[in-house]
Amino acid sequence: MSDIAERVKKIVIEHLGVDAEKVTDNASFIDDLGADSLDTVELVMAFEEEFGVEIPDDAAETILTVGDAVSFLEKNAG
Amino acid sequence: MVSPLGGNVDVSWKNIVAGKSGANRVTDFETSDLACQVAAQIPRGSAEDGGYDPNDWLDVKEQRKVDDFIVYAVAAADQALADADWKPTSYEDQTRSGVLIGSGIGGLQGIETAAHTLAEKGPRRISPFFIPGRLINLAGGYVSIRHGLKGPNHAVVTACSTGAHAIGDASRLIAFGDADVMVAGGTESPICRLSLAGFAACRALSTAFNDNPEKASRPYDKARDGFLMGEGAGVVVLEEYEHAKARGAKIYAEVVGYGLSGDAYHITAPAADGDGAYRCMDAALKRAGITAAEVDYVNAHGTSTPLGDEIELGAITRLAGESASKLTMSSTKSCTGHLLGAAGAIEAIFSVLSIRDSIAPPTINLDDPSVETPIDLVPHTAKSMNIDVALSNSFGFGGTNASLVFKKVAS
Repeated sequence: MSDIAERVKKIVIEHLGVDAEKVTDNASFIDDLGADSLDTVELVMAFEEEFGVEIPDDAAETILTVGDAVSFLEKNAG
Repeated sequence: MVSPLGGNVDVSWKNIVAGKSGANRVTDFETSDLACQVAAQIPRGSAEDGGYDPNDWLDVKEQRKVDDFIVYAVAAADQALADADWKPTSYEDQTRSGVLIGSGIGGLQGIETAAHTLAEKGPRRISPFFIPGRLINLAGGYVSIRHGLKGPNHAVVTACSTGAHAIGDASRLIAFGDADVMVAGGTESPICRLSLAGFAACRALSTAFNDNPEKASRPYDKARDGFLMGEGAGVVVLEEYEHAKARGAKIYAEVVGYGLSGDAYHITAPAADGDGAYRCMDAALKRAGITAAEVDYVNAHGTSTPLGDEIELGAITRLAGESASKLTMSSTKSCTGHLLGAAGAIEAIFSVLSIRDSIAPPTINLDDPSVETPIDLVPHTAKSMNIDVALSNSFGFGGTNASLVFKKVAS
């Protein structure tokens, strides 16, 4: 697992209070991990903070799963 | 109940009757530059030891989203509903059960923190939970969601009268037929730098007892110099009488009177003639259909401020007239400090328990009364006495006054 993937998963586990084994690449924040729309906004903020990037709203709307977040950050986080 | 005297109502009441103080020095944040460095803080610890552990009530993920006043309300409401054994599951029961929990200030701690975030990191770092975690009515919102209470969902914000107004208004919602059961009370988590600075600027807080916190709250005493800030929540379950009887519910007392008034005088100071206090007590007694002579015990507002205590005492003396010498009145704020929006609610509970246990809790630290009065102010130690009728007063900034009258239910 990449360093970015590990950091993403750690944030998801902390913010959503879910078990580590549930946080798979395909896990949807809302459908599988119990997040609501406000939780997803906060998650995106936490990714921005952790990786020092800005995630515009239109990009944030495409980040629906753990894998989506990892691939976005692998492309955009320096 | 969650109070500076314990994590539940039984331990809080036991400590109140024993005359214990919940005051201590504030150590959670820098206080060296604050005029008041003491407060009555909830004892953190396990429930078995009589303490309060937020993890017993909300998981850490939820706690992060809200200010403490919401967690306190959730804890107090869970306890109250369990004690009342009311778990509405049918649509009919849920829609006939409501919530009316207020707060004087709401999420000041979170507002203080978010303001720093905004200044230092900008608007994109403000959490989506900032607003819903600070709004005063979200205490009741959380309680309703948790317990499926789909009836009236309301909140009161009347400074230090909040808790009494919440219980009074909720009793009227039941009397009006809007609900059969109301979960009602007040909650407050005001202990942060911003609020200690703000109340100190109003010259409302005690500042002479930073090295002796347990002596800071001393209603009616000559040396009093302002109130001691407290935190916590008081929540009761109010129920339509026949509804409660039909299901065999435990009935502590009846809400027989509720009075409201405004001083129309000053934003922080109580009206010097005590007329607002007098009129709200009088209105509550008239509503109850009883005379002042029938009141056995008064749980006073009695915040330990130089002005307020004597004004309230004067108003009660006027109300009681010739029966003043038979009246017993104490301020449990001497033990709990002033819980602002939660004060009226925890004091309503103490008033009801004084009826149940036939005991008037003490006014601690009352070493040297500043005025002579025929009223027994119960200095230092609790007083055993039959109490059929108890009156509880709450007065708030803005000149907002509320009185509640509770009566023993004939068994």
